Order: sequence, then structure tokens, then C-alpha cells
Amino acid sequence: MAEKIPAGRWVQIHDIELTAEERAPQVPEDTGRVPLEKWVKGFLQEAAEIGEEAEIETVIGNRYRGRLVDADPSYDHSFGKAIPELLQVGRELKEMLREGGGE
Amino acid sequence: MAAKTYQEVMERRNQIMKEAVGIDYDRFRRNELVFDYEKMMAEVGYQLDEIREIQGQTGVGKTPLLELKNLTAIARKLAPAGKGARIFIKDEASNPSGSFKARRASVSVYHAKKQGYSGVVAATSGNYGAAVASQAVMRGLDSIIVQEVYDSQGKGQPEILEKGRKCEAYGAEVLQLTVGPELFYTFLKVLEDTGFFNASLYTPFGIAGVETLGFEIISQLREEEGQDPAVIVCTNAGGGNLTGTARGINKAGAKETAVVGASVDLSGLHMASDRDFNRKSFTTGHTGFGIPFATWPDRADVPLNAARALRYMDRYVTVKQGEVFYITEALAQLEGMERGPAGNTSLAAAVALAQELDRDEIIVVQETEYTGAGKHPIPQLNFARENGVEIRRGDPEDEVPGKNIVIPEDPGQIKARDLDLKRIRLSYLNKALENSGLKELGREEVKFLAAEINLPVEKTRELLEENLEVEIRG
Repeated sequence: MAEKIPAGRWVQIHDIELTAEERAPQVPEDTGRVPLEKWVKGFLQEAAEIGEEAEIETVIGNRYRGRLVDADPSYDHSFGKAIPELLQVGRELKEMLREGGGE
Repeated sequence: MAAKTYQEVMERRNQIMKEAVGIDYDRFRRNELVFDYEKMMAEVGYQLDEIREIQGQTGVGKTPLLELKNLTAIARKLAPAGKGARIFIKDEASNPSGSFKARRASVSVYHAKKQGYSGVVAATSGNYGAAVASQAVMRGLDSIIVQEVYDSQGKGQPEILEKGRKCEAYGAEVLQLTVGPELFYTFLKVLEDTGFFNASLYTPFGIAGVETLGFEIISQLREEEGQDPAVIVCTNAGGGNLTGTARGINKAGAKETAVVGASVDLSGLHMASDRDFNRKSFTTGHTGFGIPFATWPDRADVPLNAARALRYMDRYVTVKQGEVFYITEALAQLEGMERGPAGNTSLAAAVALAQELDRDEIIVVQETEYTGAGKHPIPQLNFARENGVEIRRGDPEDEVPGKNIVIPEDPGQIKARDLDLKRIRLSYLNKALENSGLKELGREEVKFLAAEINLPVEKTRELLEENLEVEIRG
């Protein structure tokens, strides 16, 4: 069962900034079919479950309302797997520097 | 409370802007077309000496200028006999926030503080956000950064996610949005709600802050090598990097130094497209910003853009995504400098351009940027692969943005491909006339346009008469 996230916890909320119909007239067709969405992080003001409407106070003290999506939101971007297409570049260039001629 | 629909907010944009930058831009306008650019820079901006003082207070600038001896040796092996200029790089990653953008933010944040604003806002998915946040901390101001991060599937560009993290590391409030030009709408609402200063990339403050970069390069080379560079290559997106650097070069009196803009070729990808958003592997330094801003600078978040690259560009070249990733790897492997890919756009171009210059000449790459998780060839290429972009080695000429990224098999395949400046100038002239609605031009208008496209008045007149429907008097 969903647990309530306690007030004061660092969370992320999600909100629809503009619906597809409210978007700017100049957006490309694919973009115009979807809403403009917004995410903000801050401290939860009152205990709430994930998916519920909630209010946060950001790190500089601004208040925002939206749907609670995450607690202690993570930074998931990383490096990932080595790129085989780059692995030989250093060796090839060093070999080129060792070869005579040119310089 | 003011109404908040897209149209209502956009209609208030001029008023919101005026309060948020404190500049009455109308003061510099002469008519629908002409404005006094130098007067705007002089009256609103700060003098070079003041800027050096301001930047000194927050540890910005005075970055090392390093010679890339191994990459120079590679370029010489590829060059005709007697060719292969020495390649130098300005290590801007050593600024407090990890990029040259600290220069650009420094004056804005200083000015905001002086004018009594309690915080600053910037709309940027780039290194500028971290720069504003970092400078704001140092001056005791709050900061809000508005970023375009995700596509409609909630999938974020790793490079931008990292930049968002860095903003938060400096205590900024970060608003993360999905793709779309309405980022500007959100930005205006934030300005209106908070009364914060608009730390736009495109005010005279931002551009004047970059002048020290060009000035330092010339001073350092004169002191250490006793000569001016033949060429300085600037990665070009919104135009501010090139504009500020070139103005600094001019202020140092380096009359013979050519300024070359370089952008990553992303032709064919639409920047506001939800589908294309995650098919590009560069989020800045690319043609998707570079060409629209060169051909019409006044599309920015201020009424008159102080970044006007076409005024200062002697040449404009493109390089491929695969070439920039290759050269980023080469910089780490041959020179012991691991730096972010986007900032190495101009380095890829420089390796090719060095081969056109004599061996006793110098070519300078005027920036580097920090690197790390998300903002590095490995995550950016993994992300491309996950989004269906093919990664392979081969001839970069075969690269098609959004379809594949071709890592060169040989450094000799790296090329600086010239964009047709005449076409870009004509495109600018066309837009200038269209937006002003003028059908007749006098001496003052032609003189203004000549400065805008960096050509003599006579040549500008010829271009206008031969290609556009316009009457020229006087």
C-alpha cells in the first residue's frame, strides 16, 4: 500500500504548465500534440502519497503545487558502458606520433 | 493577480522584460531598423577595467592558456609542407563553475546585486545555469534556472540533467520542462512572480563579461610568445561567446587576428521537436542555435540582443558530432586534459584549420568546459545509441544528424566545412528588412546594415541592390 511521505521530506512534483491546446501556435506538430510539463524539487509541506496533489517549498523559499512524483529524487545520469568506437582512438594517435615523417 | 495564459503573458513581455533587466532599450533605437549598438554597449555595459575588477572579486577569468603540442604534431603530419600552426587552448573549465559562462554571468549578477534585486533568473539548458547559480551564491543572491530537459516520454538529455544537478549543487531552484519554445513563457511568469533580475545571456552585461576572454588571450600570447594569433576559433551557438571574445580582441588591438565561428552540424533536426529532441547528441554549440541566431539575433529573451556574431565573424565553419567526440577523446589521450565535448567543437575545427596556416603562426581555441557524468562522450554516445542513433567508425562525411554518429577512422578526415557567409548575410538582410517593414533605405540604414554583417558599406549596398527588393537613397 502507498505510504504517506512525511512533511519536510525533499521531494519532486510534476505539473502541466500548458495543455496541448494552450501551447504556442508556432510549435512543431509533434510537440503541439503533447502538453508542456514541469518538474520542481522542494521540501514537502504536508504529508502526502506519491501521485497526490502536494505543495512544496523550494530551496530558496518559493511555493509550488503539483502531483507528488518522487521522494529524495535521484540523479540517475551516469557514464554507462565503454564505447568501443572510441577505445582505439588514443592508441592510434600515439602510434601516429611515434611514426617518423611530418614533424 | 495578472492573467497567465500563454497569449496574456506574451503580451506583457516587454513590460516584464523592462522591469527585469532595468534597461530601456527604446533609448537606443533610431527607427524600425537602426539602433545604436555601440551606445548600448557603452552606456549599459561596464568598461573592461571595471569588469576585470568585478570578475577578480569572484575568481572568474585569468585562466591558463595551454599549448597543445601533440595535437599540433598530429596536425603537422596531416598538413602540406611548411603548414601546421601551433594550437593553443584557453582552459576556461578552470573558472569557478567550470566554463567561460562564469564570465558572462559575473557582470549580470554583480549588476543585479547593485540594483537591489534579491535574486536572478536565467532560461538556459547549458553551462550558463551553473554559472549564474555559482555567481549568485558568491554575491548572496537567490537564483532560479529554467531548463528544457525532457521529451514527452519524460526522457532527459544526460548532458542537461547533469547541468541541472550542478545548478542544484549551487543552491539554485531549477524548473525542469519538456521540449518547447514556451520555456520563455515560464521564464516570464517566474520573472513576474519573483521580481528577480533577468540574467539573460544576451544583455550588454553578459556580452561585456566575455570581452575579458578575448583580451586575456591576446595579452597572454603577447607576453609568452611575443605574437598575436592568426586565428581564434569560437564555438558558436547563441553568438555571445564569439561576440564578446571578438570585442575583447579588438580592445586589445589585435587587428590581424581572424575570428572563426564553429558549430556542430545538426542540420535537419528541428530544435523544438519533441521527436528530434533526444536524437541530437549535442545540446549546445550547434547549428540549430548558431545559424538562426547569426541570421537573426533579435529572437532572444531581451528586445535587443547584444550578442551579434555576424558583426564579428570572418568565417563560419561546421564540424560533425563524431569529429567532436573523437577530438574530445584525443584531448584526453594526447594532452592529458579531460574536458566536455560541446566546448571542444572549436578544437575539432582548429585541428583542421591549423593545417591551412603556416607553422610559425598560432591558432587559439578559446574555451574548454568541465566534464562529468552525463556530459561526456561515453554517456552522450550511449544515450544516442539508446535512442536509435547508429554509432560507428568511418568517414564523418557520411554522418546524418539524428541517424548516425560517425567517429573518424583517421584524424585527416576531420574537416572544418565552410558555411556560405554570403548566404547567411543575405538571410540576415532579408529578415532585417522584413521585420522593419522598410522599403527604402537611406545612408544611415545602409551603414547600420554594413556593420551588422561585417562588410564595407559599398559591398553591403551591392548585396542589397542585387538580391533584395529595396530602394536605396543617398
